[in-house]
Amino acid sequence: MAETLLDIRGLKTWFKTEDGMVRAVDGVDLRIDRGETVGVVGESGCGKTVTARSVLKLIDMPPGRFEAGTILWQGRDLIPLDQDEMNQIRAREIAIIFQEPMTSLNPVYTVGDQIAEVIALHQKLSPKQAMAGAAEMLRLVNIPNPQKRVHDYPHQFSGGMRQRVMIAMALSCQPKLLIADEPTTALDVTIQAQILELMQEMKEKFGMAIMLITHAMGVVAETCQRVTVMYAGKVVEEAPVEALFGDPRHPYTQGLIRSIPRIDRAVSRQARLESIQGTVPSLLNPPPGCRFAARCRFATDVCTQAMPPLKEVAPGHRVACVL
Amino acid sequence: MSRQYVIRRMLIAIPSLLGISVILFTILAMAPGDPFEELATNPAIPPEVRQALRTKFGLDDPVWQRYLHWLSAMVQGDWGFSFQSRMDVDTLILQRLPVTLIVIGASQILAISVAIPVGVLAAIRPYSVFDQVASTFAMIGFSLPTFFTGLVLILIFSIQLDWLPFVYRADIHATGWAFYWEHLKQSIMPVVVLGLAQAGTLVRFMRSSVLDVIRLDYVTTARSKGIGERKVIVKHVVRNALIPVVTLVFLQLPAVFGGAIVTEQIFRVPGIGSLLIAAILANDTPVVMGVTFVIACLVVLFNLIADILYGWLDPRISFR
Repeated sequence: MAETLLDIRGLKTWFKTEDGMVRAVDGVDLRIDRGETVGVVGESGCGKTVTARSVLKLIDMPPGRFEAGTILWQGRDLIPLDQDEMNQIRAREIAIIFQEPMTSLNPVYTVGDQIAEVIALHQKLSPKQAMAGAAEMLRLVNIPNPQKRVHDYPHQFSGGMRQRVMIAMALSCQPKLLIADEPTTALDVTIQAQILELMQEMKEKFGMAIMLITHAMGVVAETCQRVTVMYAGKVVEEAPVEALFGDPRHPYTQGLIRSIPRIDRAVSRQARLESIQGTVPSLLNPPPGCRFAARCRFATDVCTQAMPPLKEVAPGHRVACVL
Repeated sequence: MSRQYVIRRMLIAIPSLLGISVILFTILAMAPGDPFEELATNPAIPPEVRQALRTKFGLDDPVWQRYLHWLSAMVQGDWGFSFQSRMDVDTLILQRLPVTLIVIGASQILAISVAIPVGVLAAIRPYSVFDQVASTFAMIGFSLPTFFTGLVLILIFSIQLDWLPFVYRADIHATGWAFYWEHLKQSIMPVVVLGLAQAGTLVRFMRSSVLDVIRLDYVTTARSKGIGERKVIVKHVVRNALIPVVTLVFLQLPAVFGGAIVTEQIFRVPGIGSLLIAAILANDTPVVMGVTFVIACLVVLFNLIADILYGWLDPRISFR
């Protein structure tokens, strides 16, 4: 078995608001091994982003706080670490790219400055060497004319190009894990494919693991080895990618897969694309029981009593459902 | 930043200064009274002499003619003659201007160097004790008029404690260090009064600007790079937060000049503010015109500096 890099156990990240405690992440288990790509899927507001940011401790505290759980990075718990200790891990071991390339770069510094900043900090290089490293990273992510482009400002790049810059910045210290928080959501379709391809290429080159957060099932099918499905702050199913698409067990996962548009299915006026009825429940003081029960067509009385724990149904395939 | 841009901006300033001078001149012409009013009540001067003087100085000409006359003289470097002080207006202004510029400049430097760190620290820990105290003082600072705080300071530091002089003297007979020490001592109160009033507004503005920037995505990106929090704030937050604050500082400069006029009256600072007040009271039109025009020029100049600063702070602004 491959070496485990990241092992999140029972993580609860809650936010204190005026209305009460929002349980954004409420007991999440997630494991990522060296060199593998793990997809984290679920609809907006299910806690994917908060989970990702919790790993790097980028959550504002207050209002956020870790209520319970451990985040083991190569066997060491990150939760008790202070800022200085976390800064040794950020970028150097775990890097992150965000959903919005348009706003993720500081508008008043050149992209070269922003990449070189990371390189100079973690590799103890002179500003000049760091700038050369920045240009080299831009070349790696296929930005034409990198020697000249390092001196350009973010507003002189398109959205797709800025996401390339973000990837270049994230990979500049060769991290062991790249957290990609919906890296293609804000981009148009052709650019999405290019960015995913680039991430794949970079993965082959650097051999890092990727935690790919997305709500696009198609992206997951193409790039991931394992998938974790989240719903309302909890993990409802985790499985190798073939098992998840071939034999989804949780009604929510089944619904997600059925709602993927298929080009090979005949389209008639009657056969409309399926969707999951209803909306995500409030994470403010959620009731006991399965969070999906209200939208689940198989729900019974048992479902509203207690949240079923994750149980293994096949090797590596775990699901939190009574069915 | 290009030299061309600066030159072009200066050329654009010419029509606006012309416009300002037309408005100033017209308003002054419409105002009642003229420098020879007092002669009317002086029995030693017969009305014919007064009339002759008026004609000599062209005071009965139509406004537009007087304006063109003033303008052509101005362009040739003749700013007119002060009826009150019996000297050239430009010499008079040049005598008074440095004091005002030093007082205003020092008060602005004081305001900025207090307000920026306080605003940033307050925003980093919003609603903390520091933030509450800073906000309270900021509120007091911009609610109290300078003539009130000025008098309070005089009461405390000049009359009760007798530490500082409350009349600003231009004729200090000391030399060397003693000279500078006396000047410093008499400048402290006017500078503090003007500076703190300005700092109050700036603190509030800087605080909200930092609060706006600190939650933006690129700040999270900066944190994710493993940069220390102090560097994240100084390098990635403060510079961006300064952009709107620069606008405020320069937009407020005309108001600061207004405040300086009042403050100069309180502390008897011999600057252009007190010159302006004296000139208005004496109906000394050429001086009023000269001083207001100089203030207008300074405001236009500071606007240009603001625009250049923008370009330096924010590369998205291009100089075209």
